[in-house]
Amino acid sequence: MTRIALTVNGEKRSDEVEPRLLLVHYLREVLGLRAANVGCDTTSCGACTVLLDGKSVKSCTVLAVQAAGHDVITAEGLAPAGELHPVQAAFRQNHGLQCGFCTPGMVMATVGLLSENPHPTEEQAREALEGNLCRCTGYHNIIRAVLAAADASTEVSA
Amino acid sequence: MIPSQFDYVAAESTEHAISLLAERGDDAKLLAGGHSLLPMMKLRLAAPELLIDIGGLTELAGVTIDGDELVIGATTRHADLAGSELVRAEAPLLAYAASQVGDPQIRHRGTIGGSLSHADPAADLPMALVALGGSVVLQGPNGIRTVSADSCFRGYFETVMEPDEVMIAVRVPRRPGVPWGYQKFVRRANDWAIVGVAAINGRIALANMGATPLRATAAEQALAAGASPAGAAEHAAEGTSPGEDMHADREYRRHLARVLTRRALEHQTG
Repeated sequence: MTRIALTVNGEKRSDEVEPRLLLVHYLREVLGLRAANVGCDTTSCGACTVLLDGKSVKSCTVLAVQAAGHDVITAEGLAPAGELHPVQAAFRQNHGLQCGFCTPGMVMATVGLLSENPHPTEEQAREALEGNLCRCTGYHNIIRAVLAAADASTEVSA
Repeated sequence: MIPSQFDYVAAESTEHAISLLAERGDDAKLLAGGHSLLPMMKLRLAAPELLIDIGGLTELAGVTIDGDELVIGATTRHADLAGSELVRAEAPLLAYAASQVGDPQIRHRGTIGGSLSHADPAADLPMALVALGGSVVLQGPNGIRTVSADSCFRGYFETVMEPDEVMIAVRVPRRPGVPWGYQKFVRRANDWAIVGVAAINGRIALANMGATPLRATAAEQALAAGASPAGAAEHAAEGTSPGEDMHADREYRRHLARVLTRRALEHQTG
């Protein structure tokens, strides 16, 4: 067992973990944060996407010990309880989901994208979500939500 | 999927990592971004007893200029390579290759040293290194050695690295303003190349046309002898030994190598 100390959604955590524990299992099973889903479990589908030091990563392919000393944000940590982050609001407003399984990963990938590129073109948005698969194939509304979230952040900052 | 059990050590320095490798040999593996190794461990295709994490060694990351070469730290992540102004100016083919690896999340984690050490013949960066005529810098208990891209790759997922060596850097010649071409044929998002071609300065490298990234030497020779891009590309599959899988049989891969080489030579940027 290895002791890890890290920050998750702004809270300092310290836990004894097996080195082989994947970050997504640490989040879901140790901390009880169930937003990041295990989909393909092979670094393809992106349902497990979280932010690690502000950058989108697939938490099924990161060891919890690799996150030690770093800052993790999951969908639970995007906004205070009862409120929605602008990206979450845009996904709801544009119905950027069907079954909802991929949605936390889509939202986190979008938050990561907009932090790097606040005003993506539609093509850039589609390329930036290349690592997130929607098994319902509901991509049109997802892309609408991404572009709406980018517009909304412009209005806020303007 | 859960990897089998292993011990974990966060290396304090390159020397620390080398001494652990020397002690544990084949039982140990280096971990940086983990985007080649961890998927293999989850599938139990790899089951090292010790992981030595060099991902936190800042001494191994970053890009600098050394004379007429760029020196890229082995733990430099794909996203940082693709976004580096220095790399985009001095070796744009390499920056572009890094931008073609996987997807954004993968590029935020995967490292150039990891990709080259993994030595998947279908991968972007090994092909780019061969096209550029770069080299890898390896450090072991007996010192540092530099191995050219042409002699670095030995077979499927196999390089000349010894079990107690750490790849510390990648060197590529500076090629500002030199035209280059890059073609990657895929059928699915974030996939490896079914066939890939990278061309610059008269050198042509192929991905997934054999057990290692290959030079299209016959096409290079034709080009040097004055052949047109289309004429040279006719020779692109000579001397290759592509495998077969659900995506393509051998003859289709040879066809792709010819077509993509022509496109890489005709549609050059730089």
